Amino acid sequence: MTERIMSHPILGDLPHKEKVSFTFDDQLYEAYKGESLAAALLAQGIRTLRVHEETGHPRGIYCNIGHCFECRVNINGLDGERACITPVTEGMVVKSGKALPTTVRDWRKHHGK
Amino acid sequence: MGNKVIIIGAGPAGLSAAITLAEKNIGVVVIDEYLYEGGRLLGQLYEETPNKWWNGIAESERLLARAKELNVEFSLQTSVSDLEKIDQDWVLHTNKGVFHTKQLLLATGAAESPFPIPGWTLPGVMSVGAAQVMTNVHRVKPGKRGVIIGVNVLSSAIAMELQIADVQVAAITLPAANLLTINSSNPLEVMNSLLYVSHMAPSPLIKIGSKFMKNEILKKLGIRFYPKDGVKMWGIPIMLRKAVIEIVGKDQVEGVVLATVNIDGSIVPGSEKRIDVDFVCIAGGLYPLAELASLAGCPFHYIEQLGGFVPLHNEQMETNLTGLHVAGNITGIEGAKVALAQGKVAALTIASKLGASVTQIDIQQAIENVETTRANAHIQFHPEVLVGRQKMKEIWAQTLSHTLS
Ligand SMILES: Cc1cc2nc3c(=O)[nH]c(=O)nc-3n(C[C@H](O)[C@H](O)[C@H](O)COP(=O)(O)OP(=O)(O)OC[C@H]3O[C@@H](n4cnc5c(N)ncnc54)[C@H](O)[C@@H]3O)c2cc1C
Ligand code: FES
Repeated sequence: MTERIMSHPILGDLPHKEKVSFTFDDQLYEAYKGESLAAALLAQGIRTLRVHEETGHPRGIYCNIGHCFECRVNINGLDGERACITPVTEGMVVKSGKALPTTVRDWRKHHGK
Repeated sequence: MGNKVIIIGAGPAGLSAAITLAEKNIGVVVIDEYLYEGGRLLGQLYEETPNKWWNGIAESERLLARAKELNVEFSLQTSVSDLEKIDQDWVLHTNKGVFHTKQLLLATGAAESPFPIPGWTLPGVMSVGAAQVMTNVHRVKPGKRGVIIGVNVLSSAIAMELQIADVQVAAITLPAANLLTINSSNPLEVMNSLLYVSHMAPSPLIKIGSKFMKNEILKKLGIRFYPKDGVKMWGIPIMLRKAVIEIVGKDQVEGVVLATVNIDGSIVPGSEKRIDVDFVCIAGGLYPLAELASLAGCPFHYIEQLGGFVPLHNEQMETNLTGLHVAGNITGIEGAKVALAQGKVAALTIASKLGASVTQIDIQQAIENVETTRANAHIQFHPEVLVGRQKMKEIWAQTLSHTLS
């Protein structure tokens, strides 16, 4: 579905860059050193970065430049980090955002209300 | 640190200001939350004149090299989240600690407005600027084949950039009419605004058409007989008589539902048709990113021609708050060259306050340079930007006379 643009008619060939590895939800991935986490994941076909805290619906990047916070993930234990403006570093541990419990609603659901 | 000028934003306005200050031997720190210096200049790529490309990455590299040569300091990945005045100092709160300065320049640029359309939260839906940055800066395709919703200068420019990178754009269409898309979903309004960018269109049909279209009756006829499948620009159909009414997909974008619209923007019942795409761009236009000026306590004015709410400022790029200046798209939406020219004005104004050898004539010349740059701009985001600039000038003069009296 997505791929890297290795050569470009105006911008030229993609310069050779060092590779680093990181994990996203315990899966190992590669990235070019210094590129954004969102770009590294998209290049490997990953668009869903989290699910909505309440509805559980999938979400990915929207603005790609740090304005909208749609791409928030957990990076090295820190919640709410923006994948679109965070450079990947070697050994980075990334977790997607999960749905949070909605206790009152869940109770209602399980009790047929 | 307290003696240095701080600039928030390493876009063209911030970089040019930093260079100008450093050339006057004034210490500068540039703060930016992005990964690289260059701001929104980085993603820009278009042919200014045949075979002469405006390459934002190359321009950013050139500016950065000059700034580094002059020992400008940069603090990247640093988000400024609050701003306050304590005694004589502006105090900045960031994720990398607190910064102090007496002279602060806000060059935070612009942001994109979204159109809320059913299905717009699906992964694969992004702002048109997001697709530009993925493609030109990160060199990752946003998808294989997409649709751009919103017909305007930026979306046409980016559609072409996607095409150059071998990303297919199935169509540029209108958003379905709803309370938030009023002007952008009305074919006639959009046609009106497009007439101002017709010089960019290589399609002779659009160029010739637009000459006739200055007449209101012809315009109505034009939109009535506008081909339902669009007019092609760079081989991409621009569909002024179709709107996306829904984005569909289970876990990510799988397609959009297009419908034919009447000239008032209402949907023709039964005309809905699904097309398959794997990404969607929303192009709702740009507005000044000015929250920090608001936190600082600047008064704001809504000026449509400048893209929305703009902090009160004068031609010298001063706000009415001591030590607080603005430059670039925070003052109104325009192209990168205007931002570069404005950055220089702001820097000269600051430098003269700090006692550097800057004359009023230097500042005046820099202001005139902003005006000529504007007059020669390749991309005009609002056709009446000059009217907007004039409005701000008048508001400033009025405010000043109130404070003096
Ligand atoms: C998505 C997008 C695409 C665009 N594409 C084009 C185009 O193709 N052609 C064109 O002519 N114009 C384009 N523009 C208009 C663009 O705004 C100008 O061309 C020009 O880049 C404006 O320069 P600037 O220096 O004012 O701001 P910018 O270039 O936007 O730079 C502002 C910088 O400030 C930083 N910043 C903002 N807030 C904070 C904060 N709180 N803390 C830390 N850092 C912060 C940002 O990270 C950014 O790097 C685009 C604008 C956007 C938003
Ligand atoms: S995608 Fe908008 S902040 Fe990351």
